Amino acid sequence: MSVAEPPGRSDPSGRGSAFSGATGGSGLTIVEPLIFDASRRERRAVRFPKPSEAARAAAAGQPELPASARRRGAPRLPEVSELEMLRHFNRLAHLNHAIDIGFYPLGSCTMKYNPKVNEWAARLPGLAESHPLDPAQLSQGSLELMWLLAELLKDISGFDAVSLQPAAGAHGELTGMLMTRAYHRDRGEGEQRTKVLVPDSAHGTNPATATMVGYETVTIRSNERGGIDLGALRGALGPDVAALMITNPSTLGIFEDQIDQVVAAVQEAGAIAYMDGANLNAILGRFRPGEAGFDVMHFNLHKTFSTPHGGGGPGAGPIGVSARLEPYLPAPMPVLAEGDPAEVLANAWALRSTPGARFELDDDRPKSIGKVRSCYGNFGMFVRAYTYIRSNGSQGLRTISEDAVLAANYLRVRLHDAYDLPYDRLSKHEVVFSGRRQKREHGVTTLDIAKAILDHGIHPPTIYFPLIVEEALMVEPTETESLETLDRFVDVMHGIAEQAKTDPDAIRRAPTTTPVGRLDEAAAARRPDLRHTFRDETEASMA
Amino acid sequence: MSYSPHTEADRARMLEAIGISSVEDLFADVPAAVRASDWQVPPPLTEQEARAELARLAGRNRIPEITFLGAGVYRHLVPAVVGEIIGRPEFATAYTPYQPEVSQGTLQSIYEFQSLICELTGMEVATASHYDGATATAEAALMACRLTRRGRVAVSAGVNPDYRRVLETYCSGPGIEVVTVPVGLAEGGNGTTDPGSIANLGDDLACVVAAQPNFYGQLEPMAELADAAHRIGAQLVAVVEPISLALLEPPGAYGADLVAAEGQPLGIPPSFGGPYVGLMAARMGSVRQMPGRLVGATRDAEGRKGYVLTLQAREQHIRREKAASNICTNQALMALAATVYLAAVGPEGLREVAELSVAQTRHLAAALEDAGLAERRFGGSYFAEVTMRVPDAARRHAALAEQGIVAGYLPEQREPELRDTLLLAATELTTDDEIARLVQALGESR
Ligand SMILES: Cc1ncc(COP(=O)(O)O)c(C=O)c1O
Repeated sequence: MSVAEPPGRSDPSGRGSAFSGATGGSGLTIVEPLIFDASRRERRAVRFPKPSEAARAAAAGQPELPASARRRGAPRLPEVSELEMLRHFNRLAHLNHAIDIGFYPLGSCTMKYNPKVNEWAARLPGLAESHPLDPAQLSQGSLELMWLLAELLKDISGFDAVSLQPAAGAHGELTGMLMTRAYHRDRGEGEQRTKVLVPDSAHGTNPATATMVGYETVTIRSNERGGIDLGALRGALGPDVAALMITNPSTLGIFEDQIDQVVAAVQEAGAIAYMDGANLNAILGRFRPGEAGFDVMHFNLHKTFSTPHGGGGPGAGPIGVSARLEPYLPAPMPVLAEGDPAEVLANAWALRSTPGARFELDDDRPKSIGKVRSCYGNFGMFVRAYTYIRSNGSQGLRTISEDAVLAANYLRVRLHDAYDLPYDRLSKHEVVFSGRRQKREHGVTTLDIAKAILDHGIHPPTIYFPLIVEEALMVEPTETESLETLDRFVDVMHGIAEQAKTDPDAIRRAPTTTPVGRLDEAAAARRPDLRHTFRDETEASMA
Repeated sequence: MSYSPHTEADRARMLEAIGISSVEDLFADVPAAVRASDWQVPPPLTEQEARAELARLAGRNRIPEITFLGAGVYRHLVPAVVGEIIGRPEFATAYTPYQPEVSQGTLQSIYEFQSLICELTGMEVATASHYDGATATAEAALMACRLTRRGRVAVSAGVNPDYRRVLETYCSGPGIEVVTVPVGLAEGGNGTTDPGSIANLGDDLACVVAAQPNFYGQLEPMAELADAAHRIGAQLVAVVEPISLALLEPPGAYGADLVAAEGQPLGIPPSFGGPYVGLMAARMGSVRQMPGRLVGATRDAEGRKGYVLTLQAREQHIRREKAASNICTNQALMALAATVYLAAVGPEGLREVAELSVAQTRHLAAALEDAGLAERRFGGSYFAEVTMRVPDAARRHAALAEQGIVAGYLPEQREPELRDTLLLAATELTTDDEIARLVQALGESR
């Protein structure tokens, strides 16, 4: 029997008869059946008006929907009352961990506080109701906001131009690498440059992006200090290399302290230096990749600039580029068509509009790689990021990185007695421990440790990434966690290390306090059950 | 505004534990040659100032009093429950559900989303979401190339011009050729794709991408297009509008192999272009070539049902350069909005929205025709958007915009053949009075 099969009528939750009915669970322990299980014929939430007399009369002379194009039978969407559906989703919400509930040191993901004023701003009707294809004279506020955000991102990163269009980090990578290819083609080197160099510590999106752009990935090993191996890099660079994609600070949470030499070597070889900017949170005001010679970088607004991650998105992945890549940026670009940029900026910083300033979308970009997304990108994320940058301001942005790095180093020194630290050096925003000692000595894996952390109401670190660290535990505390929270995490991690010695079985059984225990992922992949199967019509009508 | 919780004493304690004397030492690893120079980022704002700034920008937009603009982004009622749920911090401030034991809320809601999209489209499997309709379309075409091991894609000129541009950009990566299948746009044309033109596109075609309804509102002969594609061994990628599926035949029924769509009409405000949600659905036999995340049901050791990210061997974090796509972050919260929307309106509500949109679009077309202001440009039938011939359309469109009336979309911006036409959309929110005022304003602009 596939797990998709509907459980018996008496047990719609599939979790035992104690939890039957539409409101399973006991007390505040929630077990929630699928929304489809609550469906009853004729129940309604939202209703709509009937077509007016005038509309009906007018329709007479217009073509009908041809029978051949019509659907037979309504889609089986759930039929529920508004309260029932509200409860359903509210109860599901209770099954989630989230930043607003507890500590979430998920490495590489920068799970920091998402300020609520940003949400307020994104919901302002003047922005939320703005249609992307409205004539520009009706959309001056949206266009100005995009222009201002791009100006701020340029300044923060040291790049010459910024496009906000990519919808996430990986999408920014795709955009940057398509531009890389367009650049080489323009110089007559498109055929010859077929390889992209990617360090072995890189995020999976980097090599996957290279493939999507038709490039071959060449992996560059890291040295014993966790940095890119300069010798290996120089050896791999040549006239067949299109770009190096490097994450800095790296996924080990280490700043590449030879980054100037790395960039110089790449450029000397005629290749493009791409920086994965997922970890920008560590270096605001300290290192500006554009200024340091990088050609292109993606930002993750949903990390550094704190737009909420929404359980998997939306994000936004703007890219910054050097002057030589600028012509290839995606079209269109918001531009200031009339007005003095310095004056517009000065006014905006003083919370004022500039009389006579006019913004436009410039779609006349003959060398552009084209569009990578409909419209102009995840605008709602731009609103949040702009609000965040303005709220923090110059000093606030520097404090973000200082406190993020301080917290990561604090955890490094507090935990490195209990867990191995393969690269024991100054951290940036995150620190990567290894659970290899626990595995070797007590048979407790990093997965077990992560599950044990869950029982303490804390989200585990990123695990098994980066790939070059055995049994990796990648901890990113961020700047918004108090010292008490950090200390509590230290206690929890020490407690688990201790328990690994005294009672390893207990850790292997974790978690025990979560809504479900460890789930059988192998079975899920072997027999994929990816959607609800409906009971047949007769059963449904009896229900 | 700083969101840091640290007191100076906290910072001093941490520095001491680390064994350094100042935060400067934390950045000693940045080579001197590349330390950041000063920037011009302005000083911080208090919450009250930040609100004033954002209110200023919002106030610089003029939300039209009356609008008939659609062209891929539609203004529908967003039930209050949608905002309520997606604003909940347990959904909004969670990451991708990597730890299923503490992410069942997100995971189950995605499973419900996948189920709803399958039900709407008549397909067997749907992904957890893509960036938008355009990238979902592009990824579907790339998927068709992997499935057929062919490297050419045909796209109907009736597909949203933005989607076609994105498709071309995506295909330029691996060097896939994109050919355009014309639509009868000339005077007297029917505004649809001719299935007869597919046969001579060659036997190395991976897929035909066509939209129902198409960008100009016209209803395409999708079953014939599917047949024509299949006859040359190509797949049909159907680009659909989700609300229309309350009334129109689902792509699964007319032989589509892949479906891509923009989910924005399902409870997501226009928000100047995003965030929206890309939908993609396919046949189960192709699931291992699908890009993006999938959630599946399974059980724990005690037999309790639960949900996990599954078939991850397709994805970048496992397969790296051999992955089906590089997508990582998607549009999960917007998929939740669509899920809540579909649950809130149910089958009856979705039908009502679709029928009202269809009826008001006909009302609008008839009113313009009766007033002698416009004629339908194409024969055949249309859904909830209609292309009307209007003399001097560009000038009059601009004149009406000055009055806060957006008279739809001007196709001639992209399609010179459609000079002096307007593409007008109505939805359940369009009132009789708004239609009357459009007729009046358009009349006065003559
Ligand atoms: C180092 C790194 N690069 C790239 C990405 C991809 O970003 P996104 O998930 O926004 O596509 C991530 C995020 O997971 C990351 O951590």
